[in-house]
Amino acid sequence: MPLLELRGISKHFGAIEALKAVDLTVDAGEVVGLMGDNGAGKSTLVKVVAGNYLPSEGELRLDGTVKHFRRPVDARTEGIEVVYQDLALCDNLTAAANVFLGRELKRRIGPLAILDYKAMYARAAELFKELKSETRPRDLVRLMSGGQRQAVAIARTRLANAKMVLMDEPTAAISVRQVVEVLDMIHRLKDRGIAVVLISHRMPDVFAVCDRVVVMRRGRKVADKAVASSSPEEVTGLITGAIQAA
Amino acid sequence: MSSAVTRPPPGRVAIEDVTGLRERSLGQKLLSSQPFWVTIALIVMALAMSWYQPEAFASADNFFNITRNFAFIGIMAIGMTAVILTGGIDLSVGSIMGLAGVVCGLVLQAEGHWALAVLAGLLTGAAVGLVNGVLISYVGLPAFVVTLGTLSGARSLAIVLSENKMIYEFGPWGDAFNAIGGGSIVGVANPVWVLLALAVTFSVILNFTNWGNYLYAIGGNENAARLTGVPVRRIKLQAYVVSGLTAALSAVLIVGWQGSAINALGQGYELRVIASTVIGGADLMGGQGGAYGAVIGAALIEVIRNSLLMAGVDANWQGAFVGLFIVLAVLLQRIRTRRSA
Ligand SMILES: Nc1ncnc2c1ncn2[C@@H]1O[C@H](COP(=O)(O)OP(=O)(O)O)[C@@H](O)[C@H]1O
Ligand SMILES: [Mg+2]
Repeated sequence: MPLLELRGISKHFGAIEALKAVDLTVDAGEVVGLMGDNGAGKSTLVKVVAGNYLPSEGELRLDGTVKHFRRPVDARTEGIEVVYQDLALCDNLTAAANVFLGRELKRRIGPLAILDYKAMYARAAELFKELKSETRPRDLVRLMSGGQRQAVAIARTRLANAKMVLMDEPTAAISVRQVVEVLDMIHRLKDRGIAVVLISHRMPDVFAVCDRVVVMRRGRKVADKAVASSSPEEVTGLITGAIQAA
Repeated sequence: MSSAVTRPPPGRVAIEDVTGLRERSLGQKLLSSQPFWVTIALIVMALAMSWYQPEAFASADNFFNITRNFAFIGIMAIGMTAVILTGGIDLSVGSIMGLAGVVCGLVLQAEGHWALAVLAGLLTGAAVGLVNGVLISYVGLPAFVVTLGTLSGARSLAIVLSENKMIYEFGPWGDAFNAIGGGSIVGVANPVWVLLALAVTFSVILNFTNWGNYLYAIGGNENAARLTGVPVRRIKLQAYVVSGLTAALSAVLIVGWQGSAINALGQGYELRVIASTVIGGADLMGGQGGAYGAVIGAALIEVIRNSLLMAGVDANWQGAFVGLFIVLAVLLQRIRTRRSA
């Protein structure tokens, strides 16, 4: 049984059809690359899975059970974590505060529940270490490099027992060296049996870490095949429409 | 909160070496904090005045007056801080003060119990705050416009309720009510004690609770806060209720101190309150500020006011000096953030 199964997912925004009858399955521990031109519907697809949007039509199954995610928290409680395109970080807070935002650790002092900074710093440090990132828990995000910001956003997905991590263009705005860091982090998620859906415009990244590549064009899925049996040329053709489908 | 941090060259340091370190020493933190510099300015100014006018300025009487005067503003500034942290603004605090004051006066005039008067005053503040909060966070209207509306609305309601008359015949519970805001304990005016208690409470809330943390997060990146599951709307609504409540609390105290309620109470206070928070380091764009800063900002404004008065400067110049300090404070803040950006 696949971990995630989408059947005939469509999403309209008024007259715009962002997704048209998309089917997709993702297995546990699988890394799926999601590619396509700007406006192809990649982010919308991720947002449907993440609970940002209810699909207009279609069905979403997790471990075989139909789910209706109305809010991001619903998806998160089911083990689906997201690294958003704009990373969704608060610049004015520390790395640790961002990692735990919305899921703070607390400790009781009499009737009061106060934030347990010590535990949060320690756990965040552990997560950064696990990701082999040099991000420090107490640093303000404002002062961080693109790679460190990615690490914060990815560490956040490691708090709970995630089954699946969705990443929307994590390597779009960072340096080459930092891209390598992020790809390493994806390998580490996979090693732990976590499924990853990676949206990326960068062909080398997708071919370096993904098991499977899915191509979207104008809201439709036009290809879904093992990376081993495809090539960057074919995928480019699929994205642009030079190749209709594969 | 912000300063240039010297980082090790990336890629050459083991994480273990670094995570154990404190990133910034306490000293560095202090030097980069605006409340610290405002405190220094306050001390320098107080010392200068004590030297220049030892009898008038450095007297116990004057200390009593100065602290009491800024307590009213400081209390409101603490509530305002909650709103400003979220990136909002509450222009209605002065009018809330007027309305809550009139409500207290009316309850006492009708021979109501002092506790009932206090309760009615506070509820009035909370109610106006609730209106602000609902319109801003659930309907999605801009804070500036909404609170400008309640600034006008609450003031008008205060005038109508008071029938444009001063309320001073406080009935049997008047003395007890007046003792709250007008009394003092060990030589310190009651409003100052209230301010201190509130400042300590809010420092704890802002630094050590979820709720406080969420205010900062919303001000930093509202969308990020929402995506990570922070109940953004509810928290923003609550911030405006808190601001309404502190304005009403200040009204209860000031009406007790003056022994009368007029509908013009608190007129123009919104500017002094906002100025206090900004001078104390709050960022009007949200995400930065604190309770101590709000209090120390209020204190600085009052000492400037008091000093100018004693130096014989025409009272009409006060606004200019306060304005100057606001601009200086924002400038200082800008320089600090640029350095660390
Ligand atoms: N919230 C929205 N409201 C209206 N239209 C949207 C919204 N989100 C996305 N779209 C539209 O849906 C289409 C797909 O967008 P998106 O999923 O962001 O594409 P991609 O991530 O592949 O670049 C685009 O035409 C975009 O303009
Ligand atoms: Mg996108």
